[in-house]
Amino acid sequence: MPQKKRSKDLNFLEKIYLPEIFNGLMLTLKNMFRPNVTMQYPEQKFIPPASYRGRPVLVKENDDTERCVACGLCSRVCPALAIEVQPDETALEKERFPKLFEINMLRCIFCGFCEEVCPEEAIVMSKDYELVYTNREDAIYGKDKLLVPVEELSDRLEFLRNFK
Amino acid sequence: MDIWSIVIETSIKIFVVVNVLLLTVSYSVYFERKISAWAQNRIGPNRVGWLGLLQPFADVFKLLLKEDIVPDKSNKAIHALAPFLALFVAFSTYAVIPIGPEMTLFGYTFSLVVADVGIGILYVLAMTSLGVYAITFAGWSSGSKYSLLGGIRSAAQMISYEVSMGFSIAGVIMFSESLNMNVIVQSQAGWMWNAILQPIGFITFVVAAFAETNRMPFDLPEAEPELVGGYHTEYSSMKFAGFFLAEYANMAIASALIVTLYLGGWQNPLVDIFGITGITATLMQIGAFLVKVLALLFFFIWVRWSLPRFRYDQLMDLGWKVMFPLSLINIVWVAALIMIFNL
Repeated sequence: MPQKKRSKDLNFLEKIYLPEIFNGLMLTLKNMFRPNVTMQYPEQKFIPPASYRGRPVLVKENDDTERCVACGLCSRVCPALAIEVQPDETALEKERFPKLFEINMLRCIFCGFCEEVCPEEAIVMSKDYELVYTNREDAIYGKDKLLVPVEELSDRLEFLRNFK
Repeated sequence: MDIWSIVIETSIKIFVVVNVLLLTVSYSVYFERKISAWAQNRIGPNRVGWLGLLQPFADVFKLLLKEDIVPDKSNKAIHALAPFLALFVAFSTYAVIPIGPEMTLFGYTFSLVVADVGIGILYVLAMTSLGVYAITFAGWSSGSKYSLLGGIRSAAQMISYEVSMGFSIAGVIMFSESLNMNVIVQSQAGWMWNAILQPIGFITFVVAAFAETNRMPFDLPEAEPELVGGYHTEYSSMKFAGFFLAEYANMAIASALIVTLYLGGWQNPLVDIFGITGITATLMQIGAFLVKVLALLFFFIWVRWSLPRFRYDQLMDLGWKVMFPLSLINIVWVAALIMIFNL
């Protein structure tokens, strides 16, 4: 009985390997002349697109006040329980402001729920991905580190208005 | 010529050859990393020195400072001997490979080969066969199953491929009618390269050389996924560096051998075409030899980063069922050429 031809049976040219080896070599040779994808990180930094979710920050208006009204929704929605907000009264029109606003960056999972739930567009995800601390206390970011001027966040705010 | 001038001349040659070989080896490690990076669209080492050119020295320095760990269950003497045997074999092979023709400098004529012996090729074959011992010793004396498997694999592989290697060389010897490396090179004058006259022998020899040096399609003795690291799993510090250097030195020697036997050695067609003579011609011929060896080294590295590894049974199949008959066919082909064209 003649043996059935199987798909893995090779023909003569494939059996002597050489043409396929040549093809493989040409592929790697072609790749040697393609541009590199490597980024020389500390010297050359990755600038993320507006859709990037870096560390969450609070928006600081031009008159040096925060947008946040300390409603506590972000703290409520945070799945990692990373946010703590303590509200206080203010003489401004918005009546409330966060006396204390802390994000524990060891807990934060960069899900962006806080930004999604915020009614005031006061907390947004920034492009900052360089988070370094040498002890646990430093990992808890207070208002001093969280407040970022509104101009620096215009990319993200525009993105949110278009796609949120 | 009295005995002292021979001793001094040979010492100088040995010094030059060993240093050139060491430099070639360290920079082939560097280019191995660079070319692998380019093939994968990366940059490769570029931090130590200009373009990372000092990387090999940094690597060696690091290995020198590492702790030398010897396993409890190992055979200490043989464990220590193996890397030195590997290095010894790798470096001593280079003694008979001619870098250029006879050269006259300041009225003193000397040949550009450390030992111009009549049995050049036999010496090379004997030395490369000794290389198996280094790897088998390393695998056996480590007292580790992975090392042992690597050592046994390498012994089986090298013996299988030595057969086709020897028969391919037989074709070369039939043309040159001598075992002397210089005569073999001179027999390939002009474009009468053995690679052109006996392409089958050239291919079988190159494949066997890849298998002998444990390079990529045949690097089963150190197959990382199956054998952790193969015969050098239990080696560290400078002993590991010894194996590492020996591997690349073997690569350089395999390239030099292929060039000498099949690609015309130091023959430079330009010298004949333009009728250049004297010191310029000699330098051009040495340059031709170096360029050919470097091109082959690039080829070795290029193949490593292109081809996957053979399975063990495929390796044995290829060695005994394909390479061996092909090298025999090559001998018949060469005999026919000699008969018909009276070469």
